[in-house]
Amino acid sequence: MTGRAPVLSVRGLSVRFLMPGGRRVAAVTDAHFDVRAGECLALIGESGCGKSVLASALLGLLPGNAQTAGRALLGDLDLLAADERTLARTVRGRLIGLVPQSPAAHLTPVRTIRAHLEETVAQLTGARRTRGALRPAAEAAAERAAFPVDHLDHHPHQLSGGLAQRAATALALVGDAPLLLADEPTTGLDRDLVDRTVDELRRHVHQPEGGGARSGGGRARALLMITHDLAAAERIADRIAVMYAARIVELADAAAFFGAPGPRHPYSRGLLDALPDRAFAPVPGLPPELGALPDGCAFAARCDRATDACAVLPPLRAHVACHHPHAALTEAADRA
Amino acid sequence: MLDLRSVTAGYDKRAPVFRDVSLSVAPGEAVGLLGPSGCGKSTLARVAALLHRPDAGTLHLDGTPVRHWRHRAPREQRTAFGVVFQQARLSADPRLRLADLIAEPLRATGRREGAAGRVAELAATVGLTADLLTRRPHEVSDGQLQRACLARALVLRPRWLVCDEMTAMLDASTTAALVRVVEDYRAATGAGLLAVGHDRVLLDRWCERTVDWAALTAPTTPAPTCPPGTNKVRRGN
Repeated sequence: MTGRAPVLSVRGLSVRFLMPGGRRVAAVTDAHFDVRAGECLALIGESGCGKSVLASALLGLLPGNAQTAGRALLGDLDLLAADERTLARTVRGRLIGLVPQSPAAHLTPVRTIRAHLEETVAQLTGARRTRGALRPAAEAAAERAAFPVDHLDHHPHQLSGGLAQRAATALALVGDAPLLLADEPTTGLDRDLVDRTVDELRRHVHQPEGGGARSGGGRARALLMITHDLAAAERIADRIAVMYAARIVELADAAAFFGAPGPRHPYSRGLLDALPDRAFAPVPGLPPELGALPDGCAFAARCDRATDACAVLPPLRAHVACHHPHAALTEAADRA
Repeated sequence: MLDLRSVTAGYDKRAPVFRDVSLSVAPGEAVGLLGPSGCGKSTLARVAALLHRPDAGTLHLDGTPVRHWRHRAPREQRTAFGVVFQQARLSADPRLRLADLIAEPLRATGRREGAAGRVAELAATVGLTADLLTRRPHEVSDGQLQRACLARALVLRPRWLVCDEMTAMLDASTTAALVRVVEDYRAATGAGLLAVGHDRVLLDRWCERTVDWAALTAPTTPAPTCPPGTNKVRRGN
């Protein structure tokens, strides 16, 4: 960690969906975390745990039946309280660059990648809106995401999944936003492409500010990557946040999490043991429904360390929310 | 034996996706086909599963040459395959509840009787609860939907499984769970498997033999008497 001020500071973020019949679905509950400049935080967890809802909340893209609580501060701006006009004109693309989960749904099917990039460059940068100025700027943007320039005149359906993802990444990088939000950026890519995509994102986090009148000066970038690809998370992340059943159950340093002493929450251990280069053993059972969470620890039903104590919800203490965590580095961390 | 010889296929006869590719899978064998995005490995998997007619080349299924693909293939050949695709969302009818989704192949082949029991049995195998079976695809997660799609692929007890990037969208735990279901099924029935993917670590762990797409297509020897079948050299069993 760098000690610099956090770019994004999330405090007690909760999201509830109101369903027909008065049912409430707890998609995110009481999330606390910071992402600092020059740092990558990877938010990992099984599908359906609420990771993408958290991302949507930060961008103000939740559906109408969602209720949010808590704060998400990006500089002085509370993203959860901001109105649509602020979100549309200053946040999306400019303060937060989104690398989307499904580029096939993100790209406009009837327009070429060049048209996407030129429009984005024209909207988000000071480039003069002439063909002569936009064309090289769009090509440079494509190259930053390793998108082949000879494919720029293709339409989205003519691209493989990997190339479509790179096109979407190129679009996210155009605005030079201080926070990059990557929602499953590597889904469906092959391993080499995952590595390249992730390295490109990493490079963007470390890249020094490129000047320009728009920027605040001296600002470095932060990356919040939401992923279920643990190998990608290991490659890129400085810190790991593990999400299970709408709650962040562990926050850890990436090196300690993937190496020694390893994760502390039994669920995090289970996730790592499911990797094909580890035990390749699934976590038994299924994650609970977010609409019908138990009162106590939501993981207890799948946990081999569960006891009667797990009927009470464990608070996030010493960066882990568990009554029976695996050994910590120091006992002091346990008492903290 | 699932035997593809000198297959050329694509979506435009003038520009096929690949030419002259040969690959065979022995009964009960698990073969991983490894290649980067966009190389044509999914097209080859579709040819093998009778879902895409190749422009040239032959496919033998247990010694019988395949002459027709897709809906024109005879039912006993079509139903010999269970296929799981990468994108569960795109391969599930959004109008069907998961129970109906899993039972659909039984209905389509006129085997409605006993469908409920078979669905319940498979749901337990793939780890779907009774509550999930009553929902439609938009009400479940990608992982849960892919579990249903795997159950649907197994419902007719196929002799061959083709898994095209089955786990590419899924988290590690669901991946391990679904691979275990496939392997349990294969151990019980002796079904053969063609698993297409781009994750070498996964395919090496899953399959007895992993074939590189580059090795299938690399030596483009033009001699027609000697089709490039490099995978045959690599075959360990």
